[in-house]
Amino acid sequence: MADLKPDELIARTNFTPPKTGWMDTPTVIREGMFCYAAKPKSVATLGLPYPREWNPLNDDWKLPENWKEIIIEGMKDRLERFRTFKIFMDICVRCGACADKCHFFIGTGDPKNMPVVRAELLRSIYRNEFTKAGKILGRIAGARELTLDVLKEWWYYFFQCSECRRCSVFCPYGIDTAEITMMGRELLNLLGLNIDWIATPVANCYMTGNHMGIQPQAFVDMLDFFADEIEDTTGVRVHPTYNKKGADILFTTPSGDVFGDPGTYTAMGYMILFHYLKERYGLDVTWSTFNSEGGNFGLFTSNEVMKRLNIKMYAEAKRLGVKWILGGECGHMWRAITQYMDTMNGPADFLEEPVNPITGTKFENAKSTKMVHIVEFTADLIKHNKLELDPSRNDNLKVTFHDSCNPARGMGMFDEPRYVIKNVCNNFYEMPRNCIREQTFCCGSGSGLNASEDMELRLSGGLPRANAVKYVQEKHGVNMLACICAIDRAVLPPLMGYWVPEVDVTGIHELVTNALIIPGEQEKTVNLRGEDIPNKDEMDPDEYYTRPDFSGR
Amino acid sequence: MNEKYLYPLMAVIALFLVAYVGVEAVGLQWLFGIIIPFMALITFVVGFVMRVNDWARSPVPFAIPTTCGQQESLPWIKPNKIDNPFTTGGVIIRMALEILLFRSLFRNTTCKLNEGPTISYVWEKWLWLFSLAFHYSFLTVLVRHLRFFLEPVPSSLQILDKLDGFLQIGLPGVMISGVVLLAAAMFLLLRRIVISQVRYFSLAADFFPLFLIIAIAVSGIMMRYFTKVDIVGVKELTMGMVTFHPHIPDGIGAIFYVHVFFVSVLLAYFPFSKLMHLGGVFLSPTRNVRCNTRAHRHINPWNPKVKVHTYAEYEDDFREKMIGAGLPVEKEL
Ligand code: HEM
Ligand code: SF4
Ligand code: SF4
Repeated sequence: MADLKPDELIARTNFTPPKTGWMDTPTVIREGMFCYAAKPKSVATLGLPYPREWNPLNDDWKLPENWKEIIIEGMKDRLERFRTFKIFMDICVRCGACADKCHFFIGTGDPKNMPVVRAELLRSIYRNEFTKAGKILGRIAGARELTLDVLKEWWYYFFQCSECRRCSVFCPYGIDTAEITMMGRELLNLLGLNIDWIATPVANCYMTGNHMGIQPQAFVDMLDFFADEIEDTTGVRVHPTYNKKGADILFTTPSGDVFGDPGTYTAMGYMILFHYLKERYGLDVTWSTFNSEGGNFGLFTSNEVMKRLNIKMYAEAKRLGVKWILGGECGHMWRAITQYMDTMNGPADFLEEPVNPITGTKFENAKSTKMVHIVEFTADLIKHNKLELDPSRNDNLKVTFHDSCNPARGMGMFDEPRYVIKNVCNNFYEMPRNCIREQTFCCGSGSGLNASEDMELRLSGGLPRANAVKYVQEKHGVNMLACICAIDRAVLPPLMGYWVPEVDVTGIHELVTNALIIPGEQEKTVNLRGEDIPNKDEMDPDEYYTRPDFSGR
Repeated sequence: MNEKYLYPLMAVIALFLVAYVGVEAVGLQWLFGIIIPFMALITFVVGFVMRVNDWARSPVPFAIPTTCGQQESLPWIKPNKIDNPFTTGGVIIRMALEILLFRSLFRNTTCKLNEGPTISYVWEKWLWLFSLAFHYSFLTVLVRHLRFFLEPVPSSLQILDKLDGFLQIGLPGVMISGVVLLAAAMFLLLRRIVISQVRYFSLAADFFPLFLIIAIAVSGIMMRYFTKVDIVGVKELTMGMVTFHPHIPDGIGAIFYVHVFFVSVLLAYFPFSKLMHLGGVFLSPTRNVRCNTRAHRHINPWNPKVKVHTYAEYEDDFREKMIGAGLPVEKEL
């Protein structure tokens, strides 16, 4: 992939579909577009079916003898358990409103990446097995036999959907292809056909508490290392607590931020914020090594696996006796928390309805899950003037904001992050309307597709996002892409590097703590990244006072 | 020609021939005028109810609305009460806008890949506009047909007729709904044939109802403006049906039976086809639930018992290392 230049990649994209129909176009599994097969050890860790070595490029996928039966039974079972599945199989009119809404279709031009066709891959089998019309009329009714090639096609294309739900915003019936993909992946998992980038994080999370497989002592080491870094740049020593019983709040965030840049700066941001709140207001926030993962790759496997991983959050909050849980910046973690957690593992009646002890604000919208998003929390603090901020420390940045799919279309958190950014940065620019908020484009690597072997898929799928960033880069000189998702922080840097060099990526809490005036800090000359921060005194006063202001600040 | 639209077109032509020959040559007026319509209606009602029932039998295990606007959160942040409805009232408005105005379709854009490369997204209103025209004219035509089944004809229907015929061209006056229905259906058909992307994923099952509806509209228009069907005779027949005294008056042309046969086929086909989106749109779980899942617990009736890895097991795995790192433990070594 790295050897294909951006214009060469784009030159191959063509929105005119081929002459032969999709049922007659065999799927060729191509390097760069798929993730490696799940390792047997990881599949076995959770006791999931058919762990084995297999290779998607081989003809023989070492399927069990009765694989067809397993799939058909699995479909039947899910049709009976999920109204979504049944209705979405029945009512699509193929109007095509969703067709060009998918970033993978836009980026690859592959017609099987149109959401409607992705769904038809499964629907065609549904018709064949479960509807009279399909049984009698066959192909004329859009039905086809389940064959090995069909199964492989499913695998290829259900792992080319990032479950971003953009298509469902436009569908007149709300058909959510992400939900169909989730059903497709559940079915594939019945045959052990997961990808390793999902299966291994799931196994790690199950055993060690986080996707990265960081053991407790190493987790503490890493945060201690961050504390050293923070001391170097700010002169302040922070003292995070771990697994502390009786703390006010349990904090949970994706382990990706503990592991890789630039997420690490966001993690440092959290640590500084908690230190600040402890010093100024006596708020006691604890981290947990057992619940050291907010993300949940179970969501990309099956609802049962999601539940098995998610259960730790409440279990640990109960064990530690905290009042409520605070969740970090993460995308799919918040989809799981918002739409699944309470149903699966609630009611959390051992926790209190969340109240911000510093401002007295009741988080009414979270009174049942008892879990508050850190951006909601920080926005509330800023609104009540509880943070001393100097936004000019971020004046080297021209910031735009990428709405991550899940907080956007599985939650609706749009104004809180913008409010926070505008209060900690002076230069904020929106991308065009069709590319933000509920119409936001995926990073191209969501739902467990953020491996390295599928880089071509990721860079193609990320094109619509990158293209919108490029627009604000050219128009406003934007040099920083802010986001509230750990996968974004891991995958947007290479995406930007490929399509829009010179735009960097940050979490919001890195921006917050750059601007935060910490009690006892040394005079700050560099930010967390060790970059020079602009010196206010050297700035032309005219420029300082004509800086754009934003409503809501 | 492409088999996807050739087969459905041939099917509709065959249906025409069956009815025409059946009535003209064999004299099966009873079959096409009374028995088939009755059976079709029963199939429609029973099939529809069974389909909806079948959907309703499957539970909604998780509340997964697609949130298309700002959530309800801090008191000073203005929520979008329609696209991210926190209350039942909001859901009702959201659903009403979806069903009456096709709100989601209204958002439609087309995407273009330009030199550069840059991508642009342009508002695409035609599908929305013609779908709306299609559905509302269909509805109007349907409602106007009630005048054949009611005696006396309610004044509201007479007013509708007046409104629909306000152009007052020719005699009998041109009804706008019929013309719009035909035009919109033609648009939807041409769109499927001309736009290569749409053609690519269209099935024969997408062309069939369009051809059938066009055939219904054409045969209706023929009767009204060209062959001038015997309206009194038709009303005698339809009233006979609704009063359960079926009877075939003389002198109704074959085209009427063809029209009725097309409608019967549409009715009988309805519950087994994508036309069931009529019922499905009301039940779609990404639209018809409240977006308050963090404030109210949604219950999954089959919430599974699952095997978990507990904290105690975790501590057993790492106790020594945890103590070494100064982490508190439940059980000492
Ligand atoms: C009231 C009862 C309804 C009936 C009888 C009905 C019937 C139809 C029919 C016959 C078609 C043409 C199928 C085709 O294109 O092959 C159609 C298409 C469509 N309907 Fe409906 N519909 C109904 C309700 C709705 C509602 C409530 C919505 C919106 C939420 C809707 C949205 C659409 C759309 C978007 C199409 C696609 C047009 C196309 O095929 O290109 N319909 N409907
Ligand atoms: S927008 Fe909805 S109804 Fe239209 S093709 Fe896509 S999934 Fe089907
Ligand atoms: S959910 Fe996202 S990735 Fe999947 S088909 Fe829809 S738009 Fe494409």
